Amino acid sequence: MALLVSTTINGDHVEFACEPDETLLDALRNRVGLTGVKEGCGTGDCGACSVQIDGRLVCSCLVLGAEAEGREIETVEGMADGATLHPLQQKFLEHAALQCGVCTPGFLIAAKALLEKNPDPSEEEIRFGLAGNLCRCTGYDKIVRAVQDAAKEMRGA
Amino acid sequence: MEYTAPETVKAAVALLAKAKGSAYVLAGGSDLLVRMKGGFIEPDLVVDIKRIKAMREVKKTATGFSIGAAVPCAALGENKALVKAWPGVVEAANLIGSKQIQGRCTITGNLCNAGPAADSVPALVAAGAKAVIQGPKGKRVVPVEQVPVGPGKTSLKKGELVESIQLPARKPRSGDAYLRFIPRSEMDIAVVSAGVNLSLDAKGVVTDARVSLGAVAPTVLLVPAAAKALIGSKLDDAALEKLGAAASAACRPIDDKRGTIEFRTKVAAVLAKRAAKIAYARAGGK
Ligand SMILES: Cc1cc2nc3c(=O)[nH]c(=O)nc-3n(C[C@H](O)[C@H](O)[C@H](O)COP(=O)(O)OP(=O)(O)OC[C@H]3O[C@@H](n4cnc5c(N)ncnc54)[C@H](O)[C@@H]3O)c2cc1C
Ligand code: FES
Ligand code: FES
Repeated sequence: MALLVSTTINGDHVEFACEPDETLLDALRNRVGLTGVKEGCGTGDCGACSVQIDGRLVCSCLVLGAEAEGREIETVEGMADGATLHPLQQKFLEHAALQCGVCTPGFLIAAKALLEKNPDPSEEEIRFGLAGNLCRCTGYDKIVRAVQDAAKEMRGA
Repeated sequence: MEYTAPETVKAAVALLAKAKGSAYVLAGGSDLLVRMKGGFIEPDLVVDIKRIKAMREVKKTATGFSIGAAVPCAALGENKALVKAWPGVVEAANLIGSKQIQGRCTITGNLCNAGPAADSVPALVAAGAKAVIQGPKGKRVVPVEQVPVGPGKTSLKKGELVESIQLPARKPRSGDAYLRFIPRSEMDIAVVSAGVNLSLDAKGVVTDARVSLGAVAPTVLLVPAAAKALIGSKLDDAALEKLGAAASAACRPIDDKRGTIEFRTKVAAVLAKRAAKIAYARAGGK
């Protein structure tokens, strides 16, 4: 029997119906139409499905859709302010920190969560902070540079 | 499958107790959902404990700390008093998976999943932590090492769940530490691990100690002989040698692609010694 879930996604009130054993990842993609969240592995290893729930970074493939009831969810679709990209998005473009782009939404959300907790992370802190996100294209270096540059801009430095 | 998210411990126990078929507690889901999606289990009922307010809190109590069963490991690292009192427990909890996993996973789930290589469990065992269990027959409190009884198996009875983990109050001059060996620098399963917790007198002599090992037996081991090697010492080389020998002697590991019996047995001694040195320094010993 499908459950009716009432939640907030990127600041908007959203209701969706999902099966009790359906993941939040599937519910976001197939019921809500937010396809920024990607499924890489489905087992918590790749981070392509990263979202924030009540401010905490999680893998949406390891969350049930039903758990979203009454929570606040943030996805990559909520990062830009209208036509203005979030500094992280802008710097990912400038630094060519993506190739195929499948990992990018997850990296952006994970980097956003990292900078919210630590506005001035060292390279090591960035690499550990993003260790739950896998990229098969870039070799990570450009991602780390983009995050460093975005962090600098966000600090107003 | 039915999903339910009760708001009280009592309601959760009642749901689990009267469930027909297979019923599972859902904490962070980082083990449960992986097993569900892999087709290893097909729950009839999932009881999500994250709506139970009392289970979402870390409390400082007269007897130490009480960590609710639904508190994600990330929140432990954000609790300054807890980090100060039990740095080893917190560092173990914050080694689990990635930031994403730590945003969800709990030390209670780590314990109840009953994996021999669970990272937070040796640290909890060394700390002398207790599990508060609620069930249809009321409450019971057991040392955490009595919860897992074999790979994937716990001593919890039908209808029972862990409500919280209790960490004891700290004596002055106490410290703990946890170390694991993995071939990568993060996101891997411990091949061997060790936890040490100790207290010193004013002269820096070890008065109490607890030593634990992970991934070298079907369950996490408490190794009293290893602790005994430290008590009465200032962690001199002879005491450390005895500690290492006792740790190796306690190992009953498996041989697999992640590590041979010989490797695990040897590294258990190395990690126990290193963890003891860190715990000693944290306790203020020189
Ligand atoms: C990508 C990834 C990386 C990982 N890396 C590590 C690692 O480095 N180290 C490590 O130790 N583990 C690791 N794990 C395993 C897992 O994250 C941990 O074991 C975690 O602590 C489980 O906690 P949870 O709250 O998510 O448990 P859940 O999945 O919610 O529950 C685990 C089990 O315990 C039971 N349970 C949970 N809470 C209770 C309770 N209160 N009372 C009774 N039973 C309960 C559940 O029914 C289930 O059987 C990893 C997992 C993933 C997906
Ligand atoms: S799809 Fe969720 S972590 Fe890979
Ligand atoms: S850009 Fe292709 S996986 Fe990262």
